[in-house]
Amino acid sequence: MIAIIDYGIGNLFSLKSSFSKIGEQAVVTSDKEVIAKADRIILPGVGAFEDAAKKLRAGGLDKVVLDEVSKGKPLIGICLGMQMLFERSYEYGVHEGLGLIKGEIKPLEGDVPSELKIPHMGWNKLDFVGEKDEIFKYLGDNDCVYFVHSYYGVECEEALIATAEYGKPITAAVRSGNVWGCQFHPEKSGNVGLSILKAFCEI
Amino acid sequence: MITKRIIPCLDVKNGRVVKGVNFLGLADVSSPVTLAEYYSECGADELVFYDITASFEGRALFTDILKETASKVFIPLTVGGGINTIDDFDRVLKCGADKVSVNSGAIRNPALVEEAAKKYGDQCVVLSVDVKRVDGVFRVFAKGGRENTGMEAISWIKQCVERGAGEIVVNSIDTDGVKQGFDLEMLDAVCNAVKVPVIASGGAGCIEDFITLFNSLPKVDAGLAASIFHFGEVDIKDLKRTLAENNINVRL
Repeated sequence: MIAIIDYGIGNLFSLKSSFSKIGEQAVVTSDKEVIAKADRIILPGVGAFEDAAKKLRAGGLDKVVLDEVSKGKPLIGICLGMQMLFERSYEYGVHEGLGLIKGEIKPLEGDVPSELKIPHMGWNKLDFVGEKDEIFKYLGDNDCVYFVHSYYGVECEEALIATAEYGKPITAAVRSGNVWGCQFHPEKSGNVGLSILKAFCEI
Repeated sequence: MITKRIIPCLDVKNGRVVKGVNFLGLADVSSPVTLAEYYSECGADELVFYDITASFEGRALFTDILKETASKVFIPLTVGGGINTIDDFDRVLKCGADKVSVNSGAIRNPALVEEAAKKYGDQCVVLSVDVKRVDGVFRVFAKGGRENTGMEAISWIKQCVERGAGEIVVNSIDTDGVKQGFDLEMLDAVCNAVKVPVIASGGAGCIEDFITLFNSLPKVDAGLAASIFHFGEVDIKDLKRTLAENNINVRL
C-alpha cells in the first residue's frame, strides 16, 4: 500500500487516481500509523514552500517521513514535495527543508535567459544524468513530462538523475538512496508519468 | 525546451459533448470522458472542457464528468465556462481540473483574477478572451462573442496579466469558424504585450495552419481547436508528426 501524505495543501485527486490506473492501492492520509505501515510514501505538494513546510511540521508529519526513510522505505517527493526534500529554499526568505537531498531551492528568475517565460510550464524532455535510474526504466530517450514551477533545485549534483533544458539544464529529478524527487508531475505526464510511478512501485 | 502544445477543446452541455462529433471507431462520441481518453491517447498535450450548461442540474453533471475524466486521463485539464466566483474555481479544482479559465466572469469582476491567482497561483488562472476588430481596433467581446464590451483587447489582457493571469487564450472572432488559419496579426500583438504563455484559438482548418502559426510566431505556446479535431479533419497524431518533421518542437 502507498501512502500519499495529506498535509492540507493541494488537490490529490489526480495523484490518487494515477495509482488506481496502474493497479496500485494508494491512500491519501495524514495518519502517522497508516504512513508507518505503508510500503511506500509519496510526498506531494503545490503552492509556496514556507506554508507547505509549516503545515508538514505542524502535524508532526516531517518526523514520520524522516523515521520511515531512515528505515529504508522508498519515498518520492513530487514538485514542491521534491523541493521540501532539499536542505533549504530561498523562496521568499530562507526556509529549512527536510535535508534528505543535498542542495538548495532557488528562483528560476535571473538564472535562465530573460526571454524565457516563468513559470517553466509545459511538456519538456527528460535528459538522464549518468546511468538511467531505475524509476526511468520504462522511459525512452525522447520522453517528455509535464512541469509547472518557478523555483528549482541547485547544488544537488550528487543526487541529480535527470534534467530538462530550459536555457540551461535544470533539475528535473533527484535521488539519494531510497529517496527520490521529481520536479515534474508524473500524475499529469500521460503514460510516461504513469510508467515512472509504476517503476517506483516496483522498487 | 518546452514543446508546443496541441489542445482540443470540448464544449459540454448537460454532461455531453456538443457541436457534434464525428468519429470512426468510437462507440459513444458524445461522452466527454471517452473523447478525452481518445485525445489523450492520440497525443493531445492538454484538454479544455468548456461548460456551456445553464442549469444547476447540468452543472452538477459537469462536475461528475470532470471527476470521471480526471480519474482516467492523466494530462493537464483546463476548465472554463460559468466561472464567476472563487467558489467556482474551488468547485472545479476539487474535481481534478489543473487550470481554470475565466472570460465573462473576469469582465464583470476583474478582481476575480487577482483573488484566484493569490489563492491558487498564477499558473492556475487562464484568461480566455474573445477578440474582434471593430474599425481597426481589437475589442473585447463578452457573452460568447455576442456583445462588444468596448474595451481595447491588448490593454485588457495586460491588465489581467498584471492581476495574475498566468496564461492567455486568444480567440479571434474574426477568424473563428472560417478555417483559413489563425489570426497571426492579433496573436503577434498579444505576444508582444505579455510574457505569459499565449494559446492561439480560432481559425485552424488544416495541419498547415499550425505549421504557419508556430513558424511565424515562435512566441505562441499552443494551438487550440475544436471541430477540426472532433470531425477528424485534422488527426492529432498526424498533426504532431508533421509539426516535428517541420522542426517544430512537439511531444511525440
